[in-house]
Amino acid sequence: MHPILSTLIKRIGLGVVSLFFVSLIIFSSIQLLPGDFVEAQLGQARTEETVAAFRKELGLDKPFYIRYVNWVGAAVQGDLGSTFSGRNASYANQPQQSTARTVTSLLKPRLYNTFFLAAMTAIIAVPLSLLLGITAALYRNTFYDRAVNASALTTISMPEFFVAYILIIFLASIYQFFPSLSNVTSSTPFLERVYLSILPALTLTLVTVAHMMRMTRAAIINLLSSPYIEMAELKGLSRSKVIMKHALPNAWAPISNIIAFNLAYLIVGVVVVEVVFVYPGVGQLMVDSVIKRDIPVVQGCALVFALTYILLNLLADVISIITNPRLLYPK
Amino acid sequence: MSKNRDNSILLEMKNISIEGYSDEAWHPIIKGVDLQIHRGEVLGLIGESGAGKSTLGLAAMGFVRAGCRFTGGSVLFGDQDLTKMNENEKRELWGTKFSYVAQSAAAAFNPAHRLINQTIEASVSHGISKTETLEKEAIKLYEEMQLPNPTEIGGRYPHQVSGGQLQRTMTAMAMSSKPDLIIFDEPTTALDVTTQVNVLVTIRNIVKEHNTAAIYITHDLAVVAQMADRIQVLRYGDTIEESETNKMLKSPKEDYTKSLWAVRSIKKKENKNKEKILSIKNIDASYGSGPKVLQNVSIEVPKGGTVAIVGESGSGKSTTARVVTGLLPPDKGEIIFQGQKLTPNLSDRSKEDLRKIQMVYQSPDTSMNPRHTVRDIIGRPLEFYHNIKGKAYTNRVIDLLKMIELDETFIDRLPSELSGGQKQRICIARALAAEPDLIICDEVTSALDQIVQEGILKLLLRLQKELSITYIFITHDIATVKAISDEVVVMHNGLVVEQGMKSEIFSPPHPDYTKLLLSSVPEMDPNWLTKILSSKN
Repeated sequence: MHPILSTLIKRIGLGVVSLFFVSLIIFSSIQLLPGDFVEAQLGQARTEETVAAFRKELGLDKPFYIRYVNWVGAAVQGDLGSTFSGRNASYANQPQQSTARTVTSLLKPRLYNTFFLAAMTAIIAVPLSLLLGITAALYRNTFYDRAVNASALTTISMPEFFVAYILIIFLASIYQFFPSLSNVTSSTPFLERVYLSILPALTLTLVTVAHMMRMTRAAIINLLSSPYIEMAELKGLSRSKVIMKHALPNAWAPISNIIAFNLAYLIVGVVVVEVVFVYPGVGQLMVDSVIKRDIPVVQGCALVFALTYILLNLLADVISIITNPRLLYPK
Repeated sequence: MSKNRDNSILLEMKNISIEGYSDEAWHPIIKGVDLQIHRGEVLGLIGESGAGKSTLGLAAMGFVRAGCRFTGGSVLFGDQDLTKMNENEKRELWGTKFSYVAQSAAAAFNPAHRLINQTIEASVSHGISKTETLEKEAIKLYEEMQLPNPTEIGGRYPHQVSGGQLQRTMTAMAMSSKPDLIIFDEPTTALDVTTQVNVLVTIRNIVKEHNTAAIYITHDLAVVAQMADRIQVLRYGDTIEESETNKMLKSPKEDYTKSLWAVRSIKKKENKNKEKILSIKNIDASYGSGPKVLQNVSIEVPKGGTVAIVGESGSGKSTTARVVTGLLPPDKGEIIFQGQKLTPNLSDRSKEDLRKIQMVYQSPDTSMNPRHTVRDIIGRPLEFYHNIKGKAYTNRVIDLLKMIELDETFIDRLPSELSGGQKQRICIARALAAEPDLIICDEVTSALDQIVQEGILKLLLRLQKELSITYIFITHDIATVKAISDEVVVMHNGLVVEQGMKSEIFSPPHPDYTKLLLSSVPEMDPNWLTKILSSKN
């Protein structure tokens, strides 16, 4: 077997193992959260019987490990269970009339929105930061380099909501180019969706570019002292050729790692931006569900986030493997 | 040199000065050196580390490394002065008229590109010829460089070929644009001697064949004797002397030039001792689940003597040392030290066993903590093994400094405030502090200049006499073996090829490998390489 294939299989296997542990951590730590859905939902008027009946209906009466196995078993088949909050306490005694929605049906449109925003941001931010990083390395210690670094650092130093509000003031309020509310729905047509999502995407771009750009610059500059770079210079190659042909191909491993890290952030860490723009993403859903103590939804969101992280890191690993000729072409 | 060829002056450096920036000040590196090179001539540039050889070689192309600058003089190539040209003008010459061959081929090839693309890259980007034509020419050059599978090898990546092949490919790369001048910067220093011979031969032939002028930079006089028509000796950025190769070898004028032979003049008388301090018996060893690095290695070390383990990289010399010290428990076999079996694993050995066997490493830079003073470095084993503290501690450190011929002013210095030779002395003192019976010296002189090497070897011999310490001396350098050893072990591919008294090993009959190894060591005779070649054919 080609060594790359076996490395890949190993990585995927490791990904599955980490996902298993993460699911265990998610499941058990959510049990530790304070508060109780049942008691909160039934309120002051609860009796011991109604609480027990409601618990039974939600499956909360079974021991921990059985609930975990049931949950994981269903999750593997794409079923994340039913939400708590769709149920009404008054139905507690008549479970057959439950109107609970499934977590997947709740999660799906939100997830689509989140991925849409992340993809849109990535399409702007990744090429932009690569371009800025490479040119900053090329013209390092010049005015250009310092200007790019300084502005990138400025945007990353400001809190996300602050960047968002500044963009709203300038691009939605003073000059009314874009809407300040990004309340997309599942029936919004594609182009309008893009138009509505521009401000949150720009906000996220400003927040992530600095990190990716600086790492790209550092990864390239780190290689510039290598003997093969000096050799390339002594071949009379232009500076841009030296960087594009000789430094960049060897810098993909660190760069792809940092890009994966930022993409993961775009999916799991953007709740503040979602709130500012009233964008219906997974982040909001998760926060809402935590407030409502809707455990199946919180678990579902956390699992999706974990999966995203693991998949993106796997992708970064794959990129660093296939850009390394030592692994791609063994002796 | 054939007489009918054009041998006008190709390049002339006049009173060239270069400064380097360090510690917030500019320091002179090259101090007004003149250098001339004729068409088709090979100039040997020799000197120790820090002499400015590489800087001068690169300056011949009008190139200075980052943090360096030209401060005076001129580099005349035809009617152009390279020091006055801007980067773009110089780039037109680099890769066309001038080529560079670096010391470490493994580092100078870009790991991300195939060899053929790197070979013709300069010619392609300067538009010298069409890519297909250049590829064909490159294959011809590979053939001339005696690379295996010349048509195939270009498709490989740098990590897929051996060090010697890579070095030859780099020479082919330098020849691709048919330059007027090639700078060879220590092209064979990183290679094993048996590999070096072939690379030297091919470089010499190809340079002659194409009538290319070359500056050949090395610290090894015997190597330069084979390659150069003329030799220029550098020291501290100044020319010491310069003359035709034959003249230089027969009658070097300056003491400094003579001292470059230094190590070759030490000759320890061999002593035979029947009493053994250490017996390594039938050792097999491997790293992880990898292949066997040592196979059935048995070595006897006489008490109070020096056993030199000699071999090329990958022969298993250092692994043997790791097995003896317990850093690498062997798969099989045993180690008897002073009549008792040693536990294979370092962590199971008693403090006393640990104390008795000490090690000195190749690179003193990496084997000392840069934040510790000499007092801490030497004192640590005093505290650890002998529980010496307070005033006795300082006194003992000063004693040890005296033993290694340094005075007490060194006691509060950091490693960064010491020269390479002084650092290695401190490492020796650290080993001595434990009062060991056996010291394993792993390539301790390899990273040092000739004169410094001589000093260290003399020190080790003196200490042996005074303290009757036993040495295992691991080296790839035959001159060092001749200088210091009583007995010699020749290793190759994890096997002991031969073990015996020095006089036996160095006199025929030899096993094949020993013969190859000994015959590959360059000699001062400028005809040595030619003789080797004719004896091979």
